[in-house]
Amino acid sequence: MVQPLLALRGVSKRFAAVQALVDVELEIRAGEVVALVGDNAAGKSTLVKVISGAGPADKGVIEWEGGAVQIKRPQDAQALGIATVYQDLAMCGNLDVVANLFLGREIHRFGILDEVEMERRTRELLQILSIRIPDVRAPLATLSGGQRRVVAITRSFLDPPRLLLLDEPTASLGFEQTNQLLDLIEELRDRGAGVLLISHNMGDIKAVADRVAVLRLGRNNGLFNVSTTSQEQIISASTGATDNAALDRPPRPEEAWP
Amino acid sequence: MAVRGGWREWRRGIQVRGAGRRRDGRRWYAGHIRTYAGAARRRLREGELGPAPALLALAVTWIVFQSLNENFLSPRNLSVLGVDIVGTGMVAVGVVFVLLIGEIDLSVGSLAGLSGALFAALNVTHGMSEWLAVIIAVGCGAVAGAFHGFVFTKIGVPAFVVTLAGLLAWNGLMLYLLGPESTIHFSEDGLVAELTGRHFGSAAVGYGLAALGTVAYLLVAHYDRGRRVAAGMPYRPVGEIWARTALLAVVVFVAVYVLGRFEGLPLALLILLGVIVVSDVLLRRTPYGRQVHALGGGVEAARRAGVDVARMRISVFVVSGTLAAVGGLFVASRLASATQVPGSGMLLINAIAAAVIGGTSLFGGRGSTWSALLGVLIIQSIASGMALLGVQSAVQFMITGGVLLIAVVFDSLARRAAESRGRA
Ligand SMILES: Nc1ncnc2c1ncn2[C@@H]1O[C@H](COP(=O)(O)OP(=O)(O)OP(=O)(O)O)[C@@H](O)[C@H]1O
Ligand SMILES: [Mg+2]
Repeated sequence: MVQPLLALRGVSKRFAAVQALVDVELEIRAGEVVALVGDNAAGKSTLVKVISGAGPADKGVIEWEGGAVQIKRPQDAQALGIATVYQDLAMCGNLDVVANLFLGREIHRFGILDEVEMERRTRELLQILSIRIPDVRAPLATLSGGQRRVVAITRSFLDPPRLLLLDEPTASLGFEQTNQLLDLIEELRDRGAGVLLISHNMGDIKAVADRVAVLRLGRNNGLFNVSTTSQEQIISASTGATDNAALDRPPRPEEAWP
Repeated sequence: MAVRGGWREWRRGIQVRGAGRRRDGRRWYAGHIRTYAGAARRRLREGELGPAPALLALAVTWIVFQSLNENFLSPRNLSVLGVDIVGTGMVAVGVVFVLLIGEIDLSVGSLAGLSGALFAALNVTHGMSEWLAVIIAVGCGAVAGAFHGFVFTKIGVPAFVVTLAGLLAWNGLMLYLLGPESTIHFSEDGLVAELTGRHFGSAAVGYGLAALGTVAYLLVAHYDRGRRVAAGMPYRPVGEIWARTALLAVVVFVAVYVLGRFEGLPLALLILLGVIVVSDVLLRRTPYGRQVHALGGGVEAARRAGVDVARMRISVFVVSGTLAAVGGLFVASRLASATQVPGSGMLLINAIAAAVIGGTSLFGGRGSTWSALLGVLIIQSIASGMALLGVQSAVQFMITGGVLLIAVVFDSLARRAAESRGRA
């Protein structure tokens, strides 16, 4: 059997009054796009923060390529090659695009920031990803919401990630930008990276995901194969119309997507 | 299976597959000057005025007082002014660091007082050598700052409250050290007294330093431009570099000339300028400074990007405590004695007001250590002008308060403008 790139085993997390995650299991293989769906407040973003180190779990095990790892801080996840685009973006409005991209991993020569090299690499990366930002020296607060999301996505590609976590990345993206992002996800997958994609848009999921994991009230509620599962089935699992205790329930052929 | 190769390899693949994508990219490299001019226009439109309002305020202050009393801009008065600003200016530089991360340090006045008292007590009362006493006094400021930062970031007490406790406690310790006399005099030609007493009268030293500074600026600007040109990126036009250098040269050479007509270049002013230049490079040109600004722009964003927030915060409070202690030595040096004056609250108020009047934002993430110099110049000019005119300090306080209010209003408006753009 192929070793999964990342595996979560029995992950739980509690905020004061809310049990946000209960014994969640999740596997992401290299070269695979896993979509994570669920209603609002299902715990999707909380799960992303568990993996990215921004909000570690209370309980449970994280395995990386088969070995248990500790992800206690964002730095730990970065060291493994995990890049994250957060739902709330988490970028500094007073810093410009270049500074945000390189925050926490600035390039310097003899301790002095190498602005020229950072700006050159920013332009190069934007060009590779076919992303257009009019002024890479504009403070982030002066960009539109969609542009800021594009910058956040660009940042996650700064070093080629081995696992990319995308928390509703297509929200507020234009039509063209969404298609570009889906292209990028596919290219990344083809290069052997794993991708976790959170989205409320079934079209996006259908376009790029291989499997869909459903969260409901902080618990696993089914794991589906995209090519053989109907949209309605996934939606009913996330709204709670069906209770999928068993994982990978074999779908009926007539429910498959065209 | 890992992602093989870097982006360069991927890019090669894309270039083979889609020439259309490449054409888009080439536009970035066209019209460097146009991009540069565009960025400058954008900054103006968005109200990022930099030091312009503070410079204007300083010019107005000087013109008004000069027209009321022709001794105001005399070499003698300007020399005295140049030394008087140093203590408060030093403390204000530390305050800029703390304001940049969006916090406040209310203990700096008390720490300055404590530093002077500690030096005097160790040196005079206990006969310790001056150097050792200075090192202990400054080290004490650093340790106190580290303590504030630790309690703030590790225990989660708001910085405002921690440093308010510090304000009281360190002031108490200072009063204890000063004893019943509440003043300790130290040698008038010792190390600390020399800090503000020493002047470099020789023209060679003054003009040499001025030339050195100007040439260094010119070289750095040209080197920077050369690298940007080589990398095919927007760069500053040569004309602008020369214009800026010329402006700098005029300011420093006139300053050296004027100060030279009294006692020469004050050592204290040189030290302050040195501290400002070094801290400005630290804040604008190093990864450390970049992360300080990031904290002011969003602590959570910085944390998730991998910035060690606790370490950064503690280090910023160490800087502010250390510079407060150094500033305290300059204040004590002026009178060759440690007194209760720095702990009285005026030093704290003036240092924070100087940073804000100079253009550092109270809301974090925006500012420069040069603003400490500009702000303290404005405040001290008002004080000096009022003294020349024989006006009571009551009026001086009201005017300084008004200037501070205007600066804070500017700051708040700039922030609101940024926010309304951010929400668009
Ligand atoms: N920092 C926090 N403090 C307290 N409760 C929190 C915190 N973060 C999340 N929660 C709670 O945890 C639960 C899951 O939230 P989460 O943000 O993970 O949902 P989500 O699935 O991402 O929803 P959405 O689709 O709206 O983004 C919610 O009930 C939320 O109120
Ligand atoms: Mg969410």
